[in-house]
Amino acid sequence: MNAAEPIVLEVKDLRAYLYTRWGVVRAVDGVSFALGEGETLGLVGESGCGKTMTGLSILRLLPEPAGRIVQGQVLLEGENLVTKSEAEMRRVRGRRISMILQDPQTSLNPVFTVGDQLVEALRMLHTDGERALSHRAEEALRRVKVAAPEQRMRAYPHQMSGGMKQRVVGAIAVAGEPRVLIADEPTTALDVTIQLQYLTLLKEIQARTRLAMLFITHDFGIVARMCDRVAVMYAGRIVESGPTRALFRNPRHPYTEALMASVPRMEASVERLPSIEGQPPPLHDLPVGCRFAPRCRYADDRCRREYPPTFPIGPAHEAACWRVEPSPSSR
Amino acid sequence: MQRFILRRFLQSVLLLFVLALVIFGLARVSGNPADLLLREDATQEDRAHLMRALGLDRPVHEQLYLFLAGALRGDLGDSIRYRKPATEVFFERLPNTLRLLPLAMVGALAIAIPLGVLAAVYRGTIIDRVSGAVAVLGFATPSFWLGIVLIYVFSIKLGVLPSSRMGGPSHYVLPAITLGVFLVAGMMRLVRSSLLEVMGSEFVKLARLKGLSQTVVIWKHCLRNALIPVTTLFGVYFALLITGAIVTETVFAWPGVGRLTYEAVIFRDYPLLQAVILLKAIIVLGVNLGVDVLYAYLDPRVRYA
Repeated sequence: MNAAEPIVLEVKDLRAYLYTRWGVVRAVDGVSFALGEGETLGLVGESGCGKTMTGLSILRLLPEPAGRIVQGQVLLEGENLVTKSEAEMRRVRGRRISMILQDPQTSLNPVFTVGDQLVEALRMLHTDGERALSHRAEEALRRVKVAAPEQRMRAYPHQMSGGMKQRVVGAIAVAGEPRVLIADEPTTALDVTIQLQYLTLLKEIQARTRLAMLFITHDFGIVARMCDRVAVMYAGRIVESGPTRALFRNPRHPYTEALMASVPRMEASVERLPSIEGQPPPLHDLPVGCRFAPRCRYADDRCRREYPPTFPIGPAHEAACWRVEPSPSSR
Repeated sequence: MQRFILRRFLQSVLLLFVLALVIFGLARVSGNPADLLLREDATQEDRAHLMRALGLDRPVHEQLYLFLAGALRGDLGDSIRYRKPATEVFFERLPNTLRLLPLAMVGALAIAIPLGVLAAVYRGTIIDRVSGAVAVLGFATPSFWLGIVLIYVFSIKLGVLPSSRMGGPSHYVLPAITLGVFLVAGMMRLVRSSLLEVMGSEFVKLARLKGLSQTVVIWKHCLRNALIPVTTLFGVYFALLITGAIVTETVFAWPGVGRLTYEAVIFRDYPLLQAVILLKAIIVLGVNLGVDVLYAYLDPRVRYA
């Protein structure tokens, strides 16, 4: 992180659990990170490791009634969002923090026109009359490069392509000029050719508005393109974080290492890509020690017994693994 | 949209034609109507005379032709009991039923929608369970029993509401309740389940992300989606009531088409019965057509399918 950039969002030891009939699912279990103005932090990990839940708990939109934030702070420009009332949170959503959801096919309401849904978001932000609002909506569509916005306003979601819908979702998300944008795998459901366009668009919006972005993804290619820093998440916790370049060159946590190894490379032709053996642990039944230990090839008794604290590795680069413990005494 | 309506309309016409054939067929295989109509001491001559009068002495295909040709002209034969065209008798009675139905349906909907929304929002709580129990009870209560109990309590014991026949507004209360109770249960459960399904959608999250309150999200974004299947059920129920109001109308001596159906059966007025069935079918098809159009309005995806 650039020291010069003021911190916009800081998450401290956030724990969000889901109380289900199968037990307590510890979806977010002690997550901490900070996000500076104009910065992009990539949140990387396998499906079901708590990435989306982290995003939703920042906005206090955990699934009800099961989800609850049990501990920690979410500081938006110094204000703790965890203790805010629902009415106060409504003034935060859309205006100060926004989110782009993963699947454009389902994130727009099928029974209202695109214009209606965009105007509805704008109505929360401006006191204009309807005519001025639909003008603003057209402008918003133009800004996310939707062609012929006047006609698109009257279209229903099912009449649009996935890429177009995701642009609309993007327009809704940034309509309130938020300080923080959480992008939850925004391009996963899009065609590869459309993906790049969309990522470029997000970058442009960021350059214009200086918003801080939390970019949730499992695609290291996107991380390399989009993110200043990366946080790797495993089973509800961040296991390694650092500047993108440092983390790519020198992944220290075995999980990061394994994730990187499973990314296909152009130069090396291999018969089979290595994959990570086994499954992530069920979040309602976590192992006592390091959560990656059952799948880790370096794991020893200590790993299985005790969860490792976070050790510094380089500038702003840290990992939660006994192998990177600075003192040589343990090994 | 016009093509959609036209297509549905043509399907309805086709269906009606098939139905007319079925009605005609059933009337022929259920025994000779003349034998049912004649008194026990009737002579062979009386029988032949009646057969001629009803056109039953002609070959079947000719009878079919006459029946269909008549139906196309709007002539479904004369009622034996009322001694005038069966369609005329039907349309004299129809307004009485139509006055009762919307009352029962709108009343049921007015109770079912808020109850279903409450049950969905407070799912798993005591509110949900109580409304579920009430719904099952309402569904399981037979109309004839409920009608009689209501008459016993409100007309006989309390003496506050009239027990039968048409009249001022107070006459509508008990029959409308009897018809409506049956509907509340199904509608409420459907509102609940489809609302729950919709509430899990991604677009609900997006709506919340805009800063909309939970109330607005549920009543605007969710309910409209959730009402799509309810509309279908509404149409089915309307059809069910037009045909099924027989019991309620009979209990309350309500002079509508339900009671007319009952009379036509009891008095073996088979031209009237044929007419009643066919005309009811036309209404049911008309309602379904209307529901389809409404459906297309509610769900833009249907319009272009």
